Formats: sequence, C-alpha cells, structure tokens
Amino acid sequence: MHEKERHVKANAQDYNDKFSYADNHIKTSKYNVLTFLPMNLFEQFQRVANAYFLVLLILQLIPEISSLSWFTTIVPLVLVLVITAVKDATDDYFRHKSDQQVNNRQSQVLIRGSMQSEKWMNIRVGDIIKIENNQFVAADILLLCSSEPYGLCYIETAELDGETNLKVRQSLTVTSDMGDIAKLMDFDGEVICEPPNNKLDRFTGTLYWRDNKYPLDNEKMLLRGCVLRNTEWCFGMVIFAGLQTKLMQNCGGTQFKRTSIDKLMNTLVLWIFAFLICMGVILAIGNTIWESWIGRNFQVFLPWNTFQSSAVFSGFLTFWSYIIILNTVVPISLYVSVEVLRLGHSYFINWDRRMYCSQTDTAAEARTTTLNEELGQVEFIFSDKTGTLTQNIMVFSKCSINGQTYGDVYDEFKQRVEITEKTACVDFSFNALCDRRFKFYDGSLVEAIKLEDPAAQEFFRLLALCHTVMSEEKSEGNLVYQAQSPDEGALVTAARNFGFVFRSRTPETITLCEMGRAVTYQLLAILDFNNVRKRMSVIVRNPQGQIKLYSKGADSIIFERLDPSSEDLMHTTSEHLSEFAGEGLRTLALAYKDLDEDYFDVWKKKLLFASTVIENRESQLDVLYEEIEQGLKLLGATAIEDKLQEGVPETITCLNLADIKIWVLTGDKLETAMNIGYSCNMLRDNMNEVFVISGHTLLEVQQQLRSAKEHILGLSRVGSAGDVEKADMFSDDSVFEESIIAEYALVINGHSLVHALEPQLEHVFLDLACLCKTVICCRVTPMQKAQVVELVKRHKRAITLAIGDGANDVSMIKTAHIGVGISGQEGMQAVLASDYSFAQFRYLRRLLLVHGRWSYFRMCNFLCYFFYKNFAFTLVHFWYGFFCGFSAQTVYDQWFITLFNIVYTSLPVLAMGLFDQDVNDQNSLRYPSLYKPGQQNLLFNKRQFFLCTLQGIGTSFLLFFIPYGAFTVIVKEDGSHFSDQQSFAVTIATSLVIVVSVQIGLDTHYWTAVNHLFIWGSLTVYFATLFAMQSNGIFGIFPSNFPFIGTARNCLSEKSVWLVILLTAVVCVVPGLAVSFLRVDLFPTLTDKVRHLQQSRKRQGPQEQSLRRVRRTSSRRSAYAFSHQQGYGELITSGKNMRMSTVSSARSPERTPQSSTWIENILQKKNEVSDEITAQTAAAH
Amino acid sequence: MGKVKGKSGPLARRPDNSAFKQQRLPAWSPMLTANTVLPFFYLMALICMLLGVWLLLTVQSTQEIKLDYTEAGTCDICFEKRKNVSNAAQTCTCTVVFPIKKALKGDVFFYYGLQNFHQNLRRYMDSRDDGQMVGRKTNLKNPSSYCEPFTKNQNGLPIAPCGAVANSIFNDSFTLTYHGSSGPSIRVPLLRKGITWYTDKNVKYRNPKNDNMTLAQVFEGTAQPLYWQKPVYELDPLDPTNNGFINDDLIVWMREAAFPNFKKLYGVLYRASQPFTKGLPAGNYTINISYNFPVQYFQGRKEVVLTTLTWFGGQNHFLPVAYLVTSCLILLIAILLTVAWWKFGKNGKRMEE
Repeated sequence: MHEKERHVKANAQDYNDKFSYADNHIKTSKYNVLTFLPMNLFEQFQRVANAYFLVLLILQLIPEISSLSWFTTIVPLVLVLVITAVKDATDDYFRHKSDQQVNNRQSQVLIRGSMQSEKWMNIRVGDIIKIENNQFVAADILLLCSSEPYGLCYIETAELDGETNLKVRQSLTVTSDMGDIAKLMDFDGEVICEPPNNKLDRFTGTLYWRDNKYPLDNEKMLLRGCVLRNTEWCFGMVIFAGLQTKLMQNCGGTQFKRTSIDKLMNTLVLWIFAFLICMGVILAIGNTIWESWIGRNFQVFLPWNTFQSSAVFSGFLTFWSYIIILNTVVPISLYVSVEVLRLGHSYFINWDRRMYCSQTDTAAEARTTTLNEELGQVEFIFSDKTGTLTQNIMVFSKCSINGQTYGDVYDEFKQRVEITEKTACVDFSFNALCDRRFKFYDGSLVEAIKLEDPAAQEFFRLLALCHTVMSEEKSEGNLVYQAQSPDEGALVTAARNFGFVFRSRTPETITLCEMGRAVTYQLLAILDFNNVRKRMSVIVRNPQGQIKLYSKGADSIIFERLDPSSEDLMHTTSEHLSEFAGEGLRTLALAYKDLDEDYFDVWKKKLLFASTVIENRESQLDVLYEEIEQGLKLLGATAIEDKLQEGVPETITCLNLADIKIWVLTGDKLETAMNIGYSCNMLRDNMNEVFVISGHTLLEVQQQLRSAKEHILGLSRVGSAGDVEKADMFSDDSVFEESIIAEYALVINGHSLVHALEPQLEHVFLDLACLCKTVICCRVTPMQKAQVVELVKRHKRAITLAIGDGANDVSMIKTAHIGVGISGQEGMQAVLASDYSFAQFRYLRRLLLVHGRWSYFRMCNFLCYFFYKNFAFTLVHFWYGFFCGFSAQTVYDQWFITLFNIVYTSLPVLAMGLFDQDVNDQNSLRYPSLYKPGQQNLLFNKRQFFLCTLQGIGTSFLLFFIPYGAFTVIVKEDGSHFSDQQSFAVTIATSLVIVVSVQIGLDTHYWTAVNHLFIWGSLTVYFATLFAMQSNGIFGIFPSNFPFIGTARNCLSEKSVWLVILLTAVVCVVPGLAVSFLRVDLFPTLTDKVRHLQQSRKRQGPQEQSLRRVRRTSSRRSAYAFSHQQGYGELITSGKNMRMSTVSSARSPERTPQSSTWIENILQKKNEVSDEITAQTAAAH
Repeated sequence: MGKVKGKSGPLARRPDNSAFKQQRLPAWSPMLTANTVLPFFYLMALICMLLGVWLLLTVQSTQEIKLDYTEAGTCDICFEKRKNVSNAAQTCTCTVVFPIKKALKGDVFFYYGLQNFHQNLRRYMDSRDDGQMVGRKTNLKNPSSYCEPFTKNQNGLPIAPCGAVANSIFNDSFTLTYHGSSGPSIRVPLLRKGITWYTDKNVKYRNPKNDNMTLAQVFEGTAQPLYWQKPVYELDPLDPTNNGFINDDLIVWMREAAFPNFKKLYGVLYRASQPFTKGLPAGNYTINISYNFPVQYFQGRKEVVLTTLTWFGGQNHFLPVAYLVTSCLILLIAILLTVAWWKFGKNGKRMEE
C-alpha cells in the first residue's frame, strides 16, 4: 500500500499505530538462527552451478544411467555448500552486530510524563524525544523547542551532505516555549505531511494544534544523521523513523555487487554447458550407431537391459551418462576457490601496514570480500572532496600586508625552505589568549606586530572584527570559536594569535583584546555576505569615536572598489595573490575605509528605511551597501590553505598515469571545488580550457555543453560537418578520445547537472566529460552523485569506484562497482556502506595499483589454469568414448574423479592465486602503466578462455593417445597381462597429475615456500592416496568400492609406465613452454620488461623513488573563501543567537525594539510566504 | 573482520610486520629467458633421442609371432560350427601349423589375443561382484545387482562367479607341439600358473573360507555361469589349489582389458628340458585348439601370440618411435626458437621508455 499522506499525532501512540509506520529499528542483516539454513540453501541453489550439481546428483541416483557413484558429486557439493554457508554466516553475524550497535544507541524519550532512556530501535513515530548537545539525531523529527531562545538550534549535517558548517533550525513560535515536560505532555498536535522521500532539502507539512494550522518546512526538521551542536538540548517529535528517514531513503537499495569476471564466468559456464551438451550429443549418437552395428551383435555376452528396446534409447541413456561423466568440465570447485582467493586477497588488504594510518589507528579493511579483482580494472574514480581529498581543516598560511608577504620561511641563502613537521614554529607565548594548536612559521610577522606596524595591526584588527563568529569563553582565557565556516574560524584564530583576540560580542558591541588591552567596538552595521556581493563588511565605532568600515571579500570585487590611492599597493598585492593562488591557497582581499560621521548618519537612515520596505528590499539594501563600500583602502590579502589530505596530489598524478579518470563530486561551492582541483593537480593552468557549466535551464545547459564539445572537436577535426548530437559520430569513440592531446577540464554545477542528467542531454554530457581530463561536479546532492556514477556505469563499459567519507556519499558508494569509505572520522555511514575502507585518500594508490593489480592478475591466471586443468582432466573421457563403444565408461578410478579437483590439484593453484606476484609492489607503484592491462581486460577474456580450453583439450588428447599407443601392445616385465583398464587409468591419472603440476609450476611467477610446499605436497598426497586407496587393507573392508586394489603397486613399478608418463609430460608441456617463451621474447609486455628490470636490480637492493609534487607556476585566479550562507548578519545584529545571559546583560533596552522589528519583519514575511505556499499546495491536492 | 584483539595502546590495530602478511615472503621468481629455455629444449631433445635409440635397439632384439587362428588351418570348421548357438555344447578341436624361422631366445610367453571384443563397456565392466570374488559368503549367495542378468540361473540359484565378465570367459585351450627337423614331435611345456598379478591372486580373489570343507561343498547352492561347461571349483582338474575364484585363467580374464583389441597371458614356456632350455627353437609347430569361444557374433578375431620380452615389457614399437619423433619435434622447435631469438628477439631486457 502506498502512503499518500502521513498523519502523526504527538503523544498518541494508539492513533499512530493505526498507520503501521516503520519503527526506528534498522535491519541490514539477512538471516536469523532459524531462517539461516533454509534461506541460505535456497539462495545457494539459485546459483546455476549449484543447481546444476544438484540435478547431477539426482541423475546419478538413477542406476541405469549412473556412470559414476553418487559420492563423486556429493563430496565436492557438500564441501562447497558448507564453505559458502560458513562465509555467509560470518558476514551476516557482523551485520547483526553493526545493526545492534546502531539500534541500541540510547536516546531520551518522553514516556508517561517523564524522560526515559530508550534504545533507538524502540522509538516510534509520534514520540517526543530529547536530544542533547553533540548527540546524533535518532530519527527525522520536527523541532518543537530548544534550550536556545526563539527555539533555535544548530546542527551539523556532515553525515547528510558533507557540509561541516553549522546550520540553524528554528521551531515554530507556538511550540518554542514548551521547554518543560508538563507542557510537552499536553502537546497533542497532529502533523500531516508528505510521505517518506529522499529529498534532503525539502519538507512540506502542516501542524494542526489547538484548532490552528501551522505550515512546516525543512527549516523545522532535524533529520536523522545530523548532530546537534552548540545547543544544550532540544525536543522534537518523531515524524519519520528507521528506514523511512530521509537519510535511509537516500541510501538507495543495497545492490548485490558482482564483478565483471563473475559475469564473464557465468557466461563461460553457460558456454561450457553448451559444449558439454554438444559432446553428450556426439557421444550419444556414437553410442546409437555403435549399438546398432556392434552392440546388437555383442548381446551374447552383454544382453541389453530389459527396458532397453532400441539402440536409440540406449543412445538417449548414454547421453545422460556422459553428462554425468563429463560434468567436471563445469568446475564445481571453481566458485568456492574463487571465493577463497578473494577472501585471502581481502586479508592481505587488511594486513597491509602501508595502508595503516597510525594517527587514527585504523588499518585498511576489505569489508566486501567479493570484489577484489575488480580493483585491478578501475577506469573511473568518483571522489568526494571534503574529508576525502581535503582534511576540512583551514589553516591561515600566508598573508600580504601592505605589499609585504609573510608566511614563507627562508634559509640563510635566501632560499625558500619547504615547510615540514620539523620546521620551527613561531612562539606565541607572549599572548596569553593564543590558541596553542595554531602554527605559523614566519617569525617576521610577529616582529612586525611587536614593532606596532600600523598596517599589520589594522590588518589583524579587521580580521578580528569583520566576521560572524560566535565566541564562548568556557573558562578564563579558554576561548572557543563557533564559526559558520572553517575559513572564518581560521582567520579569527589567526588574528587571535597575533594579538587581536576576539573575546565576545553582543548585538551592538564587539570586544577585542588588542595586544593585552581590552577594547570594545560599537558594531554599527553588518553588511552581510551573499553570493552576488562576494564580500562582507562591518561598520564599527572604535573607542576613539572614529567610524570605520572593514571589508573582506573576493579580490576582484574588492579591487574594483578601491580608492585610487591604493593602486600601487593593489598591483603588488595582486602579484602576491597570484602567487598564493598558484599554491592552491584560498585568498581574500582586505580593505578598510574611514567614514565620516555625518555621511554615515545619512546612510544609516537610508538603510533603516530600506529595511522596512516590503518590495525589493534586498535589492535596495544591495544598492545601499554598494554605495558605502566604495573608495576602500587596501590592507592586504590573506591566504588560507584548505589542507589536503596527505599525498593527495601525488596519488592523483599517479592514478592519472594509470589511465584512471578521476571525477570530483562535491556538495561544495564551485569556487571551493575548483580551488581544490587546482591544489591537487587535477586542474592545471597549462590546460587548454576549463569549461564551466552553470546554466539554470535545460536550454542553457544544452547550449553550454554543445559549445564546449564543439570547441574540443573543432580543434581536433575542423569542419567535420554538422550534427554533434549524432551518436554514430562517436562510433569509434575510444580511438577518438585518445587522439585528443589537448587537455580540457569540465566543471559543472549541481543545478546544471540536473539538466545534464536528463535523458536527452546525458549523452552529450557524458561524451564531453569523457573528452576532458578532469571533471568536477559541485553543489551536487547525494542522489545526483549516484546518478552520475550510474550514468557512467550504464554507458561506459568501465569499472567505477566511488570514494567518500560522509553519509552524503553513501548512495554513490553503493551505486559504483566499488565503494570505498574513508574511516577514522566520526561518521561511519560511508564506511558501513562501503566495500573497502581506509583512513587516507592516498592509500587508494596502493589499493588499486598494488592490491587491485595483483588480485586481478592472480584471479586471471587462476581462472585460465582452472579451465585448462578441468578440460585436460575431463576430455580424456571423450576420447575414450571412441574406444569403449560410447558406453560412458570412465577412464579414471571414481575416487580419483572425486578427489582430483578438491584434493590433488586445489592447493597449488590456490597458492598461486594467493601469493603470485609478477612484479613487486614497489615496481607496481613506480610504473603505473602496468595497471592498464586490467582496464582493457586483457588477462582474462573470452579469447583467453578459448586459448586455455584449447590447451586443455590438446593436453587431454595427448594424455589419452600417448598411453593408448603404448597400452595396446604393452605387457608387464614378467609377461603378464597389463593392458587392462585399471592400469591404464592409473597411468593416465598419474600423467595428468604430473602434467598439471608442471604446468602450474610454469605458470607460477613467484615461488614462495608455500608454493613449494603445496606443489610437492600435492604430488605426495596424490601418491599417498593412490597407494592407500588401492591397498589391501581398505579393499578388505570395502571390496566393492575399491576395486583398484594393487593396481598402483603393479603399475608404477613398471619401467614402461614411467617411460609413458615421461613422454606424456614432455609432449604436453613443451608446446606451451615454447609459446610463452616466444611471447616474452618477441612481444614483451611492459610487465615482462619490468620483471626483467626487477631481476637485474635485485642485487642492488630496492630503490625508493617517489613522485614529487611539482610546484606549479600559476596564472592569477581569484578564489573566494567563504563557504557559508547568507543570513548570519541578521542573527547577530538581532541578538537571536546570543545566549540568554549575554543578551540580557548587554541588550540596551531602547535600541532593541528597532532592530528586532526589522528581524521579525523578515521572519514574518518568510512565514507568510511559506503559508501561501502550503495553502497552494494544499489546494492543489 | 580481521580485528586484532588483545592489544592495546596507540598502535593496537597495526597489522603485524610479518613477511607473510606484508606479502614479502622470500621467493624465487624464475623467468623464461633464452639462457634457460633454449638449453632446456636441446637437453630434452637429446634425452628423448637417446632414450628412443636405446628403446629401439632393445625392441629390435625381441621377436614376436602372431597367429590368427579364427579360420586358419582346420579351424574353419569349428568357426562355422560355433556360428550356431545350438552347437554350443559340442566340442570342437582343430589344428594350425606354423613355422618359426628364427629361434625365440630366452623366456617365451604365450598369449591368446582377441580383437573387437569389448571388455571395456561400462555395463560389462560393472557386471561383476568383487565382494563375491573375494570370498564373502553373503555375496556368494546374494550376488550384487550389478551382475544382472547373470545373477541367478533359471532355477533361481545364485551364479558364482556372477556377472557378464565371468560368464564370457575365454574358454579356448591350446597345446603347442614342436616338430623338430629331426626326431619326434615334442609337446612344448607351458607353465599355466603364475601368470597373474601377485595382488590379484593373493588379495583380490579369494575362495570363500572352507572350514575343512571341499571347494565343491563351499560352492554348494550356487550355479555355474550360463556359458560355462564346468563349475568354478573344477576349472583346473590337475591342480586343486588352482580352482574356485583363484583360478589363474579366471583371474586373468577378470582383469578387463582397456581396449577392444587385447592379448592375455596363457602360459610361459617351461625351460627345464631340452630343446627348450634356450627358448623355442626354430622349426615347425602345430597348435591344437579346443575351439569353444565364438567370435563371429561381433566380427571378432582370435589369435595366438608368442613373444620374448625386454626390460620394459614385450615387443613395443610405439615407445621408441614416439620418443624419436618427440625428440625430432623438440629439436625442430628448439632450432626455430633459437633463430627467432637470434634474429627478432627483443631480449625483453631493455625498458624502452
């Protein structure tokens, strides 16, 4: 039943129960103790191979066609089922544990008049719950009231959208005063709202309470996954719970991921089925003919069965018998061996010390154990930015004050020194209020401050005054800043350390501690930031009574508004800015202006008037702001480093060399995203063109995409007539892409992406994106991230990998072929959804180039060998069919058939699949091109499969006919009869085991002790088992099951048998050896060359060679550092976000009415608007 | 998964620095280089060549005489007689004369051979009861269902030994007579025992335990196979220990041949007396055949083979020829590889970067 509308009533459990909404219990596990066995078996038998073997088993129970005993199938089948079941059970156990951990988190719930601690899973829709500071919100709740005035509260939504700046939520005014339990108990409002959906930024609903209607929007909702910040407590009413919360709805369905090799394997298994049936048919026809020509006459000695009426019927039975005998071409142990290999590879990832992060004490973890070889085939990486590429730590790293740069460290030869961990920091001990975590390396700036350089002082005064940061003094001198964006925090912290400490603010004042002296400024106005203005200013009156305007903003914006006297300084600063930008720093220009008292009064009056008008208020305010922000005097510029994670540029460069395309998908702003693009070397100034797509309508986007594409195509093939849209033009897409040497980059905005992802544009978008070296999508929602990934997955037959750290990346992580989560941070959502997790982006390089490559290489070699082995083993029966009247007589002993795959030959190939290395890890990293064969799927594809089955068929042919030639005339040394079937069986079996062992030896590139042990061990086990199974003792107990008594002894003591085995082994191995030698010698691949190099270098010892980051010489770029939203100015000047105590003590009674009216006007208007909207939507419904 | 427990401290979860876990196990990584592959090929060619030549020389020193007696000599009468099933009970003997031009030196082995007789059909091979043949009393009276339709006779008595294999036992017998250039004809003495594998005779085939009972008593209540003329405990009238399931001829027959054309050992020349101490002298021989086994139903042939042996078994031309051919092929490949390596080889050594 589809929910159309949701009715929730507070404190009315009975009412809400009627609707059977989802509870807050989250279940990702599949089984419980009781359902495990039936469900798991059911799932396992859905696999084609397992079902096939079940059918075989049933066939074998029919005596008329049973050419093999039932145990030959049931032993491997049970083994396979048990191993898989154990693995599934362990996986599910861990899922149970993680579910339990989340479900058992405690939350305070209002039950029968008191707050009681309750587990998350017991929270139900309609409950009223209390959330305390720094707690996760347990469900999607409607904010009712909070500890802060006006029912405000602050949340961090990093888990949801990756943005770490604080967001404000405000409750309805009518509910904001329900701060005590009694009132909450009485609350019986009913919310009618939209059904559960995945839109994080929208919510529409209405609260019905006390016969009034109140519209509800997203600003009143706290979503599951948010963290409450700066708010002591808040109360909310649960609207959506558990799987119906927006977070969970955004997680997308869990898809069962299969690797491309898995899919290929399934196809191949089907082919093998077909091949098997062909052989069955051929042999059945052979049998029909044989029976009617010879068998009919042989009835004297072997009468036909009573039910066997004709030769045709005999052929029909033979068909099934041969299906049973030849079933081993479909390797039953294949799937389970592949699983074991992947598990082993996963453990190697878990164990890798070079992917262990000591700071956070987290090792890499392979959470899914079924995707490893796909890591060696990745072509597209989709990366989140915040927390993945960057640390989300802003550091004040450089500045330019009055034409002088600070921040670089020089040695005695005036050479710039690279700043490392060891570089000495500036000592800030002169300042009692300094932040000890702040690090700055250039001592000259402190000198300048200490010498009371006026420009430097004014510079930091500006930084201390012009912002919207809130401060909290927990104890004397222990200041904590609550910044809306990390950039502002960094700037205010810098000012604090350089002696201009921002201590506290009231709606009208800002108190600084300048070089130890407390100074209070009157805050006259905040000219707030918005996207168009790209700057913010404050107007203050200093204690001396002067009015000053301090402004900071994007350099281009500030420079336009400078006084002509600052022109020289502007040029110098401009150069400095370019330099900063070239290092990937986020820059801001700072300027000030002295204001005339009279002029300001006039302006202030205009402002007051403008702020009360209803129409066009915003634009009128903008005009006024523009008017006063003219003729500024430049102070300098700041450069903030958005600290990248360690090793990000190197990793990206290296992955690019491996032909992996990296796309950044971020919720951040365009400027921020581009800036990071530059600092991690994805965008370069030597790129031919960076296309920015930011159209708002479908047509605009289409236009921009097309022109960008034409631009690229125009350069490479001028005059190629016409219609760019046409898909057939790109039939030779890949060749074409490679032919473009010029480097392009594409940056696309979220609102444009909406259109670009629509069906009619997605092809153009994708083509364009693939033509570009770098693609950055900014301002994208979690679902859009997934859509982009989906788009590439759908249209490019390429393996995609998504990497991210927050809940906003979950959908993308789940959509991509491989999802990687960054662990070690607070939120675990991404990690829980991911297939692999580690602490740092840079480990991705090792994960792909070393582990992924090895896994792919090993898996491919393993598969090739496996198919070869099974064909060589099984097809011997086919050849024998021509000599035994197509009667489905087996060549081997039944025990040999049972044990060959699971005992005699399983371990050596597993050892190869686990330990083999063609090239060691250092060289894998040094030559990223080694990764390319995986992307092109060269090591295992249909051609390779065909070749290795051909080799298997050839081997089986030789394996049969060489002993055949010898056995027709052979006798024992004592003259006794020796050309019997049992001796023949033992001879062929021994040859087979030896040949496949030699072959695995040739295929092994890296002989560890384990390989030796397994290969020699398997041979030993083969002979030991052979003699044991054919010993007197076991025959004495089960004479019918072990009829081969004594054959091994008699057979293997014959010299002629060993001559046959030697000949067979040589003839089977030599052709393969010659071919691989020729291949290495005449057409060496890069791998062969590197191997050769590695061999010759071995004695010299390993040489570490690291890719060094190249310092770019960059053109001028303007980057605006603000990453926060508009509207904070209002909150500050109105005092709304001040703590009660501060506000009440500082508020001057006569001034407040004025400003609060202004604010309330705005708020009221907002409410009106939303009222209208809800009314309209209600009408529409 | 893989959480390390029991450790604490800041690096509690750091993986161990063991060579195994870090995939740094010391290892030998061989490469296919010209220095190793080419000499290996030449060496293999040489070894095969030497073996081939040696085997060929050995085989050349052996002698083999094959005699197809299906319709030879006077056997054509018997051949015709056996065409008709109704004559199955009648005996028929015939004689074939053949010369040995060059004496067979050393041990001489006497085989009977069958062509086109499929002992390797699945249902035929399965049609036996090893439990019965190892002397299990329960199986003796209740033969395995695999023996169908040779489990019980018309009277419902269990057949011992049951099954199609035993039923179809080769029942021709031979006496070989030497006609020297001077002197009388001498019957060639053949050892008819010790012609089985030791394990078959002593482990795989056992008579049911007879506590002081005669073999006949033990087998009481069982029937002889349909095509047999005498019961299993009377197979060898001369040697009572060679009766029952441990009869040499039965054992030899029960070891089913892998291919439709096969030969099975019938006897070994007894070299105790003249003129056979050095083998079979040259001269004329006659072979008296008690012709019982019908082959015309399946277009089969019957033959007798007399041969001497070498250190690797009987006269076997396949192995030496195969070795020589292999040797030539490997040599050819080796030369081709050498040329390819010399002329076009990139040597795989230099990184062209």
